[in-house]
Amino acid sequence: MVDSHLRRDLLRFATAGSVDDGKSTLVGRLLYDTKSVLADQIEAVHRASVDKGLSTPDLSLLVDGLRAEREQGITIDVAYRYFGTPKREFVLADTPGHVQYTRNTVTGASTAELAVLLVDARYGVVEQTRRHAAVLALLRVPRLVLAVNKIDLVDFDGAVFSAIAKDFAGLAKALGYPDDRIVTIPVSALLGDNVVDPSTNTPWYSGPTLLEHLESVPVTSPELDAPLRMPVQYVIRPRTPEHPDYRGYAGQVTAGTVRKGQRVLVLPEELASTVETIDTADGELSHAVVGQSVTVLLADDIDIPRGSMIVDADSPPRLTDEIEATVCWLAEKPLRPGARLLLKHGTRTTQAIVGALVDRLDTDTLTRSEPQSLQINDIGRVTIRTADRLPVDDYADNRATGAFLLIDPPTGNTLAAGLVGNPLVLSELP
Amino acid sequence: MTATLHAPAADTSFDALDVLESEAIHIFREVAGEFDRPVILFSGGKDSTLLVHLAAKAFAPAPIPFSLLHVDTGHNYQEVIDFRDELVAKLGLRLVVAHVQDWIDDGRLSERPDGTRNPLQTVPLLDSIVEGRFDAVFGGGRRDEERARAKERIISLRDSFGRWDPRKQRPELWNLYNGRHAAGEHVRVFPISNWTELDVWRYIQREGIELPSVYYAHEREVFRRDGMWMAEGPWGGPRKGETIELKTVRYRTVGDGSCTGAVESTATTLDEVIAEVTASRLTERGATRADDRMSEAAMEDRKREGYF
Repeated sequence: MVDSHLRRDLLRFATAGSVDDGKSTLVGRLLYDTKSVLADQIEAVHRASVDKGLSTPDLSLLVDGLRAEREQGITIDVAYRYFGTPKREFVLADTPGHVQYTRNTVTGASTAELAVLLVDARYGVVEQTRRHAAVLALLRVPRLVLAVNKIDLVDFDGAVFSAIAKDFAGLAKALGYPDDRIVTIPVSALLGDNVVDPSTNTPWYSGPTLLEHLESVPVTSPELDAPLRMPVQYVIRPRTPEHPDYRGYAGQVTAGTVRKGQRVLVLPEELASTVETIDTADGELSHAVVGQSVTVLLADDIDIPRGSMIVDADSPPRLTDEIEATVCWLAEKPLRPGARLLLKHGTRTTQAIVGALVDRLDTDTLTRSEPQSLQINDIGRVTIRTADRLPVDDYADNRATGAFLLIDPPTGNTLAAGLVGNPLVLSELP
Repeated sequence: MTATLHAPAADTSFDALDVLESEAIHIFREVAGEFDRPVILFSGGKDSTLLVHLAAKAFAPAPIPFSLLHVDTGHNYQEVIDFRDELVAKLGLRLVVAHVQDWIDDGRLSERPDGTRNPLQTVPLLDSIVEGRFDAVFGGGRRDEERARAKERIISLRDSFGRWDPRKQRPELWNLYNGRHAAGEHVRVFPISNWTELDVWRYIQREGIELPSVYYAHEREVFRRDGMWMAEGPWGGPRKGETIELKTVRYRTVGDGSCTGAVESTATTLDEVIAEVTASRLTERGATRADDRMSEAAMEDRKREGYF
């Protein structure tokens, strides 16, 4: 019993869907059928459902945690859910579909290795689906699942499912997803078909259930094979009798692998050195991969501050103070050319001035137009000039060094999610 | 540096606990890099003991660059207070204790009719944050504990009144944490946001982290109230009609004695505790915390007022 909980890996995934696609019910079903909802939580849902005069328990109450959400019957904010099976642990970012969908979908998608997109089997791929899929593709969520929900309401008709799957395959292709990164599954969240247990009502479907897919999909990060990138977070200098000269650069490997003996470059200082030691509290490592928090000691006596980045000397990012980027604008205050903002990239925050607004993406039609400003939930391309030179890669090549935040200097609020380059290359829509 | 050389990561596979540990270490280092005066809320309970363990790993071989703060309701178990003081001494850390009793004695707070001091922690906490000029306050809150906490950011802004406004939370993107704040504001930081109760126990086992003895099954004189086993203490009880019994119990959470119940348990080892948590049909707060049962939004309301 205990052993089955050892050495499992972790999948972070997000859900996205329109208002009435049954997303809360699907999440509730997933939690319920994996026995992740405990008795007191179920009891609380039953109690609250009765108080609201409902005859059946409202599973969305499991998810909607804030008073305003319960009062208004809507989901306002991304909620994080945790469940596990003997095979894997899951962190689910449950993103609301209607209120500020860009803000919430971007937030949920930014850390997701997979996204489950819901459609109603009666309506198939609709505008909202295109919109969500475009945001997921823009954020380069590596894998998509289309859950064709309410399949019971089309009498478990395989032909309906096939038509939707074909539509979605066309959309995914237009957004740049290869076939092996998308899966379409017919489900009934309400009745449980193909969510956790295979359905006998869909004999024409031979693929995995949603949970089987979530349990078996590879979780290797696309950044694993990328060249080394490690922003320096903190310089560890104990200055104790045991460690008088220890100078370690603490950071999380955000792309690739750092190896003992590796030739590295420190940017923006443009200093070359060699990795002498990869240290952790549990001892030294011969190498560390993307996601690992380590402390790197270099062979040369050079002084690197927080904010610098240790990178692969053979394949460094470009060092620039002129960035062409796509931004997802998340603030009420619109973005206009000339705006003076702060930009956080890796562990460095620097001043930035927005130059031109190049275009605005219409996520309904997936066409681009020329904007005067970017409003809340808009996605558009801009040029940005920064006070410091930054080591950047295109977001399409490396999500870690291609991502940045734009911050409002007076309030400190996060205004935008920024992506270096143009990560969404649209081909002709089907 | 120790001499052990680890096997290459590719051979050992980076499991869920490694991912969670690395994430927590990353958060500790970000805060150390961006804030002037961080502090760790430390009660001696399992989650805050885990925080201190992770902080030590984040900065090794240097010492933890933060001090610790405990808001002591005066209704804590002596075993836990002793454990707290021993760990602080062992790691050579600096602990500031804010005694709720002091606030009651000088009239800044008054005792509640129900005797519970948990909600009384908010004012001493906020006063201590101001007095210590702390700009980042680490807490052991986890999103799996409670619905309002499921919506909490990892780095979460508090205004100058210490209030949390769930509708004005900043979007938290990638692993780029935005900790900017105005003078007088501070952030709460939750490095183990993404851990579940089971993750905490499995990690405690893996790392060999010592905990106060109350987390393991022991005999204790308790009485039944609201479906929980409460211990006798200065916080009151048993009341009329409540009878003391000797039971074998353990605690799943350790908070103010007036509102934290024990569960019947025979789990005396980590393996047994993990087996019990795995099999449990109740969440840890639902099973043992009266403070969260007060209303549908009990936790949200307390958090809005500045509670941790």
